[in-house]
Amino acid sequence: MFKPASLKNKIAIVGVGESDIGRIPHMTGLGLNAQACKRAIDDAGLKPDQIDGLLTAYSFTEPYFMLGTVLCEYLGLKPTYSASLVVGGATPAIMLKRAAEAIIAGQAEIVLVCAGENRATGASRDSTLSTLLAVGHPYFEQPYGGSIPGYYAMIAQRYMEVYGTTREEMASVCVNTRNHALMHPNAHMKKPITMEDVLNAKPIADPLGMLDCCLISDAGGAFIVTSAERAKDITDEPIYLQGIGEYHTHEHIMCAPSLTEFGAEVSGRIAYEMADLSPQDVDVAELYDCFSIVPILEAEELGLVPRGEGGKFFLEGHAAVGGKLPINTHGGMLSHAHAGAAGGLLAMIEGVRQLRGGLGARQVEDAKVALVHNEGGILSSHCTMLFTNEQL
Amino acid sequence: MNGRGKAWKGRKLSQTLPKPIVNGDSQPYWQGAAENRLLLRRCQSCNEIHFMPRYLCPKCWSDKLEWIDASGNGVVHSFSIIRRASDPAFAHLCPYVVALIELEEGPRMMANILGENALTVKIGDKVSVLFEDRGEGQKVPQFRLSSN
Repeated sequence: MFKPASLKNKIAIVGVGESDIGRIPHMTGLGLNAQACKRAIDDAGLKPDQIDGLLTAYSFTEPYFMLGTVLCEYLGLKPTYSASLVVGGATPAIMLKRAAEAIIAGQAEIVLVCAGENRATGASRDSTLSTLLAVGHPYFEQPYGGSIPGYYAMIAQRYMEVYGTTREEMASVCVNTRNHALMHPNAHMKKPITMEDVLNAKPIADPLGMLDCCLISDAGGAFIVTSAERAKDITDEPIYLQGIGEYHTHEHIMCAPSLTEFGAEVSGRIAYEMADLSPQDVDVAELYDCFSIVPILEAEELGLVPRGEGGKFFLEGHAAVGGKLPINTHGGMLSHAHAGAAGGLLAMIEGVRQLRGGLGARQVEDAKVALVHNEGGILSSHCTMLFTNEQL
Repeated sequence: MNGRGKAWKGRKLSQTLPKPIVNGDSQPYWQGAAENRLLLRRCQSCNEIHFMPRYLCPKCWSDKLEWIDASGNGVVHSFSIIRRASDPAFAHLCPYVVALIELEEGPRMMANILGENALTVKIGDKVSVLFEDRGEGQKVPQFRLSSN
């Protein structure tokens, strides 16, 4: 397998911003992006005319085709580097990698990366769900009435069969994540939940119930990427990229090489090798959690826990702030926010914030290494990132 | 476990469901289905059999491919009982089973498990193909639990 050139110590995130989150009916998707971008450049102490590149994702709620260019127009930017990328939920991580590549190649110096949609109020729930059917194969899957939860449910079902992961273990992911969201001032969900709430929630696609499924939020997020060298002039607290790896194995679940082994293992290995770090070095992990089974299997794929023990790790409380390895400390997509590609981006923002410190109750003590993982499709496209608050 | 769509087999119901969409890659597949045949693509260079018909073999990239008749037998690799349909056309059928079938020939495909006992499905169950009429002479491959 090709080994990508190292980006270790060369790239930094110097500003992050998240929009208002929840049900924000008075704002458009572009507006949510703009609010997040404004907060990110304020956070970095930059001015709009210092941005020379912009990358964004896609929108299901607004009818724009060239979203990158559309957003530049909306923001009044005239960059020399721009695109919109579509890699599903993996898009934010892949955008960081593309931005890093551009910066290393001297094609851009300061790149603004953002994503956001008004998924909660900009479209009816049913139309959002129907649009998401596009993740099912239009000719060979959609005629069978599957759904995104249904496809992930098939993975959960297989995972339970092969590794003995239990329904209660999956439910504990949702409770853990909700507990974290309650400590985040901008989280969509504000009320505690219990194991019983998760297990008795409205059934969606066996074994998944309503609370095993991610939120549908209005939300946007943005971050600013530059070279490690330039970062030092901009901020006192740059967060350094140490390793990043991507791996793409299939798109549709019917073509997945396996329902128990996915591309995160390879994307993680690339990231760890680049960073010269191991899973034991990770202090805090922000994993993709579109459905409760996903952080369990990703924790295993990424070597954070042994195979088959991810569920137990959550159930025993080790993934809580204060536990052995806190996971999804902002509340994840299950309880903080999910709106298209913004979900994974908000996890990256949390990774950055944990390394900066000062988050109060949800702060992971002495966090030095953060792992963030994004995935898109049905565990199809993966990108793993390792960040530190000091150059290694 | 009782649901209105428990054993959807009825002509009227099925004809409201999505019909196959035929394109250049899949025309023989859907023509086969209309004739109660499950067709797969086999590579004449490396013998790889793949599902989701393509222009070339996804293993060796040979464009020398042939259509073969599948046995129609397989096992349930995984499944979910859908309690809330995303596609409104299926809403009245809940709960129903969506499954990944591992065909005897190797590849996996998606289908519903149909029949009175469909909701008793388990991973590893043996299944056999049937063809569901979706109207206007168009059929889609489906599966039922094998009786033994």
